[in-house]
Amino acid sequence: MNGWSELDRFLRTDPSDVGCAEAMEMLHVYADLTAAGAPAEQRYPGIAAHLRACGPCSEDFEGLLAALRDQSG
Amino acid sequence: MPPVDPGGEGTRATAARLDPESAEWIQVLADTGPQREAGLARLHEMLVRIALSEVRRRGWQLRISGPELDDLAYQAAGDALLAITDKFAEFRGESRFTTWAYKFVIFNVSAKIGRHFWRNPSVSMDAEDWDRLPDRFGFEPEQEAEWRDLLAALHRAVDEELTPRQRRVFVAIVLNDVPLDTLVIELASNRNAIYKTLFDARRKLRAALATDGYLPDDHGRRR
Repeated sequence: MNGWSELDRFLRTDPSDVGCAEAMEMLHVYADLTAAGAPAEQRYPGIAAHLRACGPCSEDFEGLLAALRDQSG
Repeated sequence: MPPVDPGGEGTRATAARLDPESAEWIQVLADTGPQREAGLARLHEMLVRIALSEVRRRGWQLRISGPELDDLAYQAAGDALLAITDKFAEFRGESRFTTWAYKFVIFNVSAKIGRHFWRNPSVSMDAEDWDRLPDRFGFEPEQEAEWRDLLAALHRAVDEELTPRQRRVFVAIVLNDVPLDTLVIELASNRNAIYKTLFDARRKLRAALATDGYLPDDHGRRR
């Protein structure tokens, strides 16, 4: 990916992005669905849009998924 | 927020519609005496394990290791346990109880990493080194002739289009690589508010660059 497309990707905003508060509120539900192989993105598109754009919430989501994998492993 | 009702009718009604493991956790937390103490010890042990894994997963961000990193994990697990015992009556059974509980420890690890950066900053929050921008977005030095005008236009838009707070947040996060959770502490704010400020800044900057023909508009057209 070159600088132009990376800058464009960073600046592009998704109107369906729900923001951190709602994503954090529902992150356990979204993570459980994802871990179970259910279509979390389709059920919660606004959270999916947020996780694509927000580094900290995306990092928390990855951490929660890793915890669930540890639990079942 | 539903009323707190540890061990009362609300807790029993919630426990009745949960999966068996989650229902058992709610009953244990609502209980009193040795059974609750044993349950709390078991939960704390699980939270410490998750916190230790999480700080190691994120260790590369921290520039700390060993006992200091473990200490951060134990603090996060302790704070998470307090939050869980305080809020378990609010658990609505939309996920497994353990997933809900792990969320608290993950959030606490994030907050403590943010605080660690705030106490040990690698760069001043208000420094402005625009020379870092090409590297930040992966612009190749040998192609500078192509992107020089674009980044000059971005700098101009940051100065002219953003409010002082949007500008401060943009500079800290984009130019200085300050973690968002650290900026939350610096500005005595919360993650949602800082994200929204940056979201609005991104939208304004993109619109300005599209108007000037540097980026395609929302329909993919260049002016």
